[in-house]
Amino acid sequence: MCLGIPGQITEITDPSRLMAMADVSGVKREVSLAPVADRPLEALVGEWVLIHVGFAMAVIDEHEAAETLEALRGLGEAQEALEAMEEGARAFDEPAKVEAAQ
Amino acid sequence: MRYVEEFRDPKAAKGVLAAIARVADEIGATRDAPVRIMEICGGHTHAIFRYGLDKLVHEGIEFIHGPGCPVCVLPMSRVDECVEIAERPGVIFTTFGDAMRVPGSRKSLMQAKADGCDIRMVYSPLDALELARRNPDREVVFFGLGFETTTPSTALTLQQAAREEIGSFSVFCNHITVPPPIKALLDDPHMQLDGFVGPGHVSMVIGIHPYDFIARDYGKPIAVAGFEPLDLLQSVLMVLEQIRDGRAEVENQYARVVPEHGNPVSLAAIADVYEERPSFEWRGLGEIDASGLRIREAYRAWDAEEKFGIGYAVGRKKVEEPEGCACGAVMTGRIKPTACPQFGRGCRPDMPLGALMVSSEGACAAYWTYGGARVVEPAE
Ligand code: SF4
Repeated sequence: MCLGIPGQITEITDPSRLMAMADVSGVKREVSLAPVADRPLEALVGEWVLIHVGFAMAVIDEHEAAETLEALRGLGEAQEALEAMEEGARAFDEPAKVEAAQ
Repeated sequence: MRYVEEFRDPKAAKGVLAAIARVADEIGATRDAPVRIMEICGGHTHAIFRYGLDKLVHEGIEFIHGPGCPVCVLPMSRVDECVEIAERPGVIFTTFGDAMRVPGSRKSLMQAKADGCDIRMVYSPLDALELARRNPDREVVFFGLGFETTTPSTALTLQQAAREEIGSFSVFCNHITVPPPIKALLDDPHMQLDGFVGPGHVSMVIGIHPYDFIARDYGKPIAVAGFEPLDLLQSVLMVLEQIRDGRAEVENQYARVVPEHGNPVSLAAIADVYEERPSFEWRGLGEIDASGLRIREAYRAWDAEEKFGIGYAVGRKKVEEPEGCACGAVMTGRIKPTACPQFGRGCRPDMPLGALMVSSEGACAAYWTYGGARVVEPAE
């Protein structure tokens, strides 16, 4: 949970909320660019960022991204992060049990 | 040297290991009188075990595993409070998956979910906020957990909730900070530490200066490190060289990701939303002064503790740790996980008793997963 995972920004999805789509090892995930939005958002498209729980925390170079991914894979943490992203997507379609009971 | 071959750059690793051995010999570190280096971050603990670094380095170097795993230091009482919130009618309780299995005194979140509470695992606090947008008639609570790496994400999410005036969203804040427990450990007369490997991704947010006191006030070296085995070895070498040269400084081995002054946007968001609590309870370490964060007055409407009248907002119950559990002693490096009477008996990853067995970053889980010869104590 404490380790960020590298992803590549593919497009800006909502400039007012600083949101963008990132490609994280083939998984598409919307992320917030707020922590790295000290430059025009468009300039971040194509850049690699270190993503931590849905926020781009740092811009990194491609080489660093590749090495970090490999280190995370070695630890099994890359898989964990990707699973958490997929699990997170399921949070929305889960039936709302409490509501149904009322 | 069996495992060095699986490193990305075995040749470089061997070079650093040789340099470590040289300096360790120069300063007279031996198995019986080792240099004790604490890796603060649970991610580093995981990497050390995964790559067997503790067995690869000179025998005069001992790794002491620090308290840097937020899941591991979460006290039972806080898990109980989560369950209590989740049981309130109309609540959707959202959490990182890591926290689901941490035992509480009554039940874990996993058990509460099985018992019918609407508990959902999310990847990001932004997902929790989105759930609140989509379910305006429900109270959506996010379990904010983690060190400074995670804190900006909940701060930025809360700011967004405030901007959109989403009143049905709140955060149960359990954010903690790295420097205070380090200070507590350094103040502990039973603790013998010679240097530190500093957390990489926490430092990406806070920069390296929050560790200045370690060098200045306690005369101990620290090197902030990345997560590759080579990063860790290099930072160990940096610490050893400082010891040899009689220096105590904050060095940045991970400068390619960690800016000296951290991330300004994240720091501003944290300062805007959170303030220090007078004290906060850590599993195994007890209450530590100024070690936790709470939501400021201006954002009280989004503070789950206030909203539900729970936790530090009201009187807290002290919850005893389970019988025979040595999490505190392991967390402070006083004993190794295998010395806990429950290790592998009452406590295993599939039925954890203590939180150190739950997370892959916990020392006990690391010992268990990468068990066998590598974790057997050095033979006499
Ligand atoms: S083995 Fe279990 S009970 Fe013992 S210290 Fe580790 S986590 Fe705690």
